[in-house]
Amino acid sequence: MTVDASAPPTRRAVVPPQRGNIARRGSVFLSRHPRLRLSLLLSAPLFWLGLVYIAALAALLITALWTVDSFTGQISQTWTLDNIVAVLTGSLYQTVTLRTVGVALLVTIIDIVIALPIAFYMAKVASPRAQRILVIAILMPLWASYLVKAYAWRSVLSQGGIFEWLVSPFGGHSPGYGLPATIITLSYLWLPYVILPIYAGLERVPDSLLEASADLGGGTWSTLRLVVLPMIWPAIIAGSIFSFSLSLGDYITVNIVGGANQMLGNLVYTNVGAANNLPLAAAIAFIPILIIFAYLAAVRRTGALNNL
Amino acid sequence: MRLSRPARGLLAAITAVVLALIYLPLLVVFVNSFSTSQNLTWPPPGFTLEWWAKAFQSEGALDAVLTSLQVALASTAIALVLGTLISIGLQRFEFFGRDAISLLVILPIALPGIVTGIALNNAFRTGLGVQLSILTLIIAHATFCIVTVFNNVIARLRRLGTSLEDASSDLGAGIWTTFRLVTFPQLRSALFAGGLLAFALSFDEIIVTTFTAGSGVKTLPLWILDNLFRPNQAPVVNVIAVVLVLVSILPIYFAQRIAGAEKIVR
Repeated sequence: MTVDASAPPTRRAVVPPQRGNIARRGSVFLSRHPRLRLSLLLSAPLFWLGLVYIAALAALLITALWTVDSFTGQISQTWTLDNIVAVLTGSLYQTVTLRTVGVALLVTIIDIVIALPIAFYMAKVASPRAQRILVIAILMPLWASYLVKAYAWRSVLSQGGIFEWLVSPFGGHSPGYGLPATIITLSYLWLPYVILPIYAGLERVPDSLLEASADLGGGTWSTLRLVVLPMIWPAIIAGSIFSFSLSLGDYITVNIVGGANQMLGNLVYTNVGAANNLPLAAAIAFIPILIIFAYLAAVRRTGALNNL
Repeated sequence: MRLSRPARGLLAAITAVVLALIYLPLLVVFVNSFSTSQNLTWPPPGFTLEWWAKAFQSEGALDAVLTSLQVALASTAIALVLGTLISIGLQRFEFFGRDAISLLVILPIALPGIVTGIALNNAFRTGLGVQLSILTLIIAHATFCIVTVFNNVIARLRRLGTSLEDASSDLGAGIWTTFRLVTFPQLRSALFAGGLLAFALSFDEIIVTTFTAGSGVKTLPLWILDNLFRPNQAPVVNVIAVVLVLVSILPIYFAQRIAGAEKIVR
């Protein structure tokens, strides 16, 4: 996400006298060879990402095609499609996949619906001073540990917790632990990650455009729909990538407030740990990988990836 | 579009309600850090400073904070260098495969943490045959921190354009001089914002950490996970969360001030 302001003032730079040293010659050589400059720039980061990340993902894909020896518990490198077939056909995996995607989608929708009015207020209504305070107020909860916040919701939603205490005079009940609690907690956790890109996107919408729309007879709703929404759409999608993918892989929040419900992350986690079946865990891990790739491919054209 | 007074009021009201909801759980954490009840019943039966005293004497917690600081500083430093290099490369050059590379940078944060976690765990232990340690943890964190620096720096570069850099080289400055005196000063606040997010991301990360930290390495989130469900420790965990939120005001405030100062100058 981009928390960003405009360009800083340019100061008067004192250019040092030219010297015929190595740095100077290197600079001359490089400025004549842009391709070399590019490869020097990209070699270190690409080496890092390729070696550390892509190689690791590829290795995981290969592991999914191996199996675990049931006697020794060691991974035996015999090629098999059993894990993939088990994941594709097992009803457990289908149910959990649907549940996880459903939770992730709901969390994303809730976050966007909440984030839009707040981001709009911050970017277009609040005074500059209030704006700065609001950004701080949105950023600050990010620093309270994820675990502590999830656990705070456990305490808020518990029997005799503050939620029950607040709503019981009106005859309400705490939803208790389960999927609703999971959705509430995840929406809470990822909300700042959705507000910030949308706020940054709205800040880039010039006020003059809104005035022009009004001068030309556009009402509030048609201005929002025809002018603002198309401009901030990439920012909304960028926010949704955060909430969607963070929800999709979560297993800790479900453990804390989800009761007995499992999400995809739990299945992966149990198979890595207790069940000691890395090949099966790797095969399950490919469900979220495929879903995220499909999502990224679908939103790539909106330019959302430039708005994260 | 001119918002009517009621519409502005409604937006302000929604913002206030949501902010209240955002701070409600944090308020619960704050109040519970003084509560005499260990299992967080509401309303608290009484108040005590016991947990605050315990938290500042808890060696486990203080060690964990130091470990987390080391990991977050190291991975932020790596992310700053790699993220800046990659964003200059992608923004200032046209070449085939640019989209693929920007997808590659986003991937470690877009894919679920548990996928990144088990992939790196598998690669470190069975692929490379190295013991998990604080170094493997830093490598893992740096990998997903690159994206925050990348996003901030590339957005800034896009907005700056190349005219000042071109002017600098027309006036005879070499590549290094131009970067040092023209490009870098203009990137500084973007680097600060990106670095701050990278630091926060690393400091609070738990899932990838679970799979890539050596057995002796206890970051703060790992320590919290160990202690959250222990009756005597839960209030101490609350104290630490409160302290973290309060301490975090400073860097966020500075980031805002830098950004705000630049805006006024424009």
